[in-house]
Amino acid sequence: MKQKYSYGEAIRLGFEYLLDNYPDVFIIGQGLWSPWYVGNSMTDLDKNYGTERIIDTPVSESAVTGAAVGASIVGMRPIVVHPRMDFMLYAMDSIVNQAAKWSQMFGGQSNAPVTIRGIINRGGEQGAQHSQALHTWFAHIPGLRVVMPSTVKDARDLLISSVLSNDPVVFIDDRWLYDQEEELEIVEELDLNEQKPEIQQIGTDITIVSLGFASKLARDSIEDLLSEGISAELIDVRILNPLEINVIVDSVKKTKNLLVIDPATKFCGYAAEIITGIMEVIEPNEIQSKPVRISLPDAPAPCSSTLEKDYYFNKSDIIEQVKLMLQKKI
Amino acid sequence: MKNDLKNLISPTDHPKFLMIDSYDNNFLKEILNLMVSIRLTEERIAIGRRDGFVGGPVHLGAGQEAIAVGVSKHINSDDAVFGAHRSHSHLLALNNNYHKLFAEVLGRETGFSRGMGGSMHLFDISSAFCGSTPIVAGTVPLAVGAGLAFKLNNKKNIAVSYLGDGAIEEGVVHESFNLAKVMNLPVLFVIENNLFSSHMHISLRQSSNKISRYAEANNIPYSVIDGNDVVAVYSSSKKLINSIRNGSGPMLLECITYRHYGHVDWRDDIDVGVERSAEDIANWKTRDPIVLLSESMINKKIISESYLSEVKQEISKKITYAWESALDDKFPSNESTLNFVYSRKL
Repeated sequence: MKQKYSYGEAIRLGFEYLLDNYPDVFIIGQGLWSPWYVGNSMTDLDKNYGTERIIDTPVSESAVTGAAVGASIVGMRPIVVHPRMDFMLYAMDSIVNQAAKWSQMFGGQSNAPVTIRGIINRGGEQGAQHSQALHTWFAHIPGLRVVMPSTVKDARDLLISSVLSNDPVVFIDDRWLYDQEEELEIVEELDLNEQKPEIQQIGTDITIVSLGFASKLARDSIEDLLSEGISAELIDVRILNPLEINVIVDSVKKTKNLLVIDPATKFCGYAAEIITGIMEVIEPNEIQSKPVRISLPDAPAPCSSTLEKDYYFNKSDIIEQVKLMLQKKI
Repeated sequence: MKNDLKNLISPTDHPKFLMIDSYDNNFLKEILNLMVSIRLTEERIAIGRRDGFVGGPVHLGAGQEAIAVGVSKHINSDDAVFGAHRSHSHLLALNNNYHKLFAEVLGRETGFSRGMGGSMHLFDISSAFCGSTPIVAGTVPLAVGAGLAFKLNNKKNIAVSYLGDGAIEEGVVHESFNLAKVMNLPVLFVIENNLFSSHMHISLRQSSNKISRYAEANNIPYSVIDGNDVVAVYSSSKKLINSIRNGSGPMLLECITYRHYGHVDWRDDIDVGVERSAEDIANWKTRDPIVLLSESMINKKIISESYLSEVKQEISKKITYAWESALDDKFPSNESTLNFVYSRKL
């Protein structure tokens, strides 16, 4: 029987694979020599691979991220770890102005193959500055690849693909996914260029497009929807930018209903891009109901437990929304 | 503001001749010619900008050539040099291909960055020039990262970060100094202290005009020198770079200088520059790095009075030819906008 791994362990397996096979890979960021910061996703890497390659740093997100970008420009494949992506905002110049534009500014003669791992670490009454999911910000920037794995296999394999990509990649994982378990085959290196949204459940009544933590909730909803007689097709976006939207277009043409679930605030969010991208290319008669998005309220995450519980959507919110949509066809 | 730089900031109170005795005559001629060439190249760009041939902003470093020329003599082709918005000299001192610079500034595909960067985004890996970009201080941590890569690979290479007295006001520079020092990385920070950040004189921005006080704060060894004295730059950077290559960690070289043009384009900016006057500019042109070196060489009878004008004429001819020829070069194809966004075409 194959061994089961958790999502957090799968990330660690990805790191181990990279460190074992690629001498130009190193990891840098805050908390890498401590068990506090990154769950079980990097346990003992410093002990097994040495503190030269697993580098814990001063509290300097900006310089550390810039240093990783600089190292990538001269031939390394660094991974910067931001245990909470809220702190990544200090590093925006290195990510957005430098890494993202490096290839185009110089006519493709140089690139920055850096991977920036931002962890969404919300819940537990941590509040406004410890809870943000900012994937859409980064997806807005041409030149960055934005990767958001929601399954155990993707956590390992897309991390490897991201690091082996010659472009700067923002790799975003969510602590709320860490407890999932899955059996894993041996690693097969996947070219990030060829990765696209994945149909994780085939269905006929509605297309549910989701990303990150929302994809886990969507998967958890399938059984309940089936018991209500609803066959949902689930698509996990995985690669937010550049987006291969045709997978979603084809699905919507088949089911004629579209629900997008984004675990981030609503306004100018990723769900808006998906819905617009679909509506631009399908004919009006190819859809039966108004597309709907489920996302977070346009407010910073509150601390207080009752407010926090209300702020995040859950499985039953998804089920209720799907039922509502399919009852009220245009 | 405290004047910790004393007469290094005075355009009039300075030694008339440089200490050139220990240098080979041909070497002195070579660096003189290179400075003249960089000066004439930038003057050509200034005219091209004024006359509408250059569509984008150009940040000219005329008056500051000695710094890049002195430092670059110690840089190997597999080192890593990073510049900023005012980096024509940083690149030309490594690879004096003014045709490629003209083409780039004119947005032609034959340019250093294939016409995709213009004046503010320059690249030439053949000469160790890893990139210049105009977000102030943006490349400083990148140079630290290049140094980290060299250290991880046990190489004797160094990274060089050119930054100005304005960049020091950005927080990331202080993070970078600390990181480079605490990790003992092979990085030379070259401060071009020209006393101005855009239109603002340093006295309006900082409590002291000595930028290297931040090297002291981070226990980074440093030198403060006359940045218009090319042999001082050459010898000081040699000492620092040798020691960096031997594993001594980051070092800082503060070069005091003055730019002849205003912040951007061909004007003097005496109207917008606080504490920038026509008189100051005229005085600083007597403390010009090319004047200082050529006068010193004439004084020692290494060159004659006419040598300089002949050199200028000769280089000027070549530069005119290169400019005209760059104007005839092709623009990038329309597909280029999308083609270079990712390493693989979309």
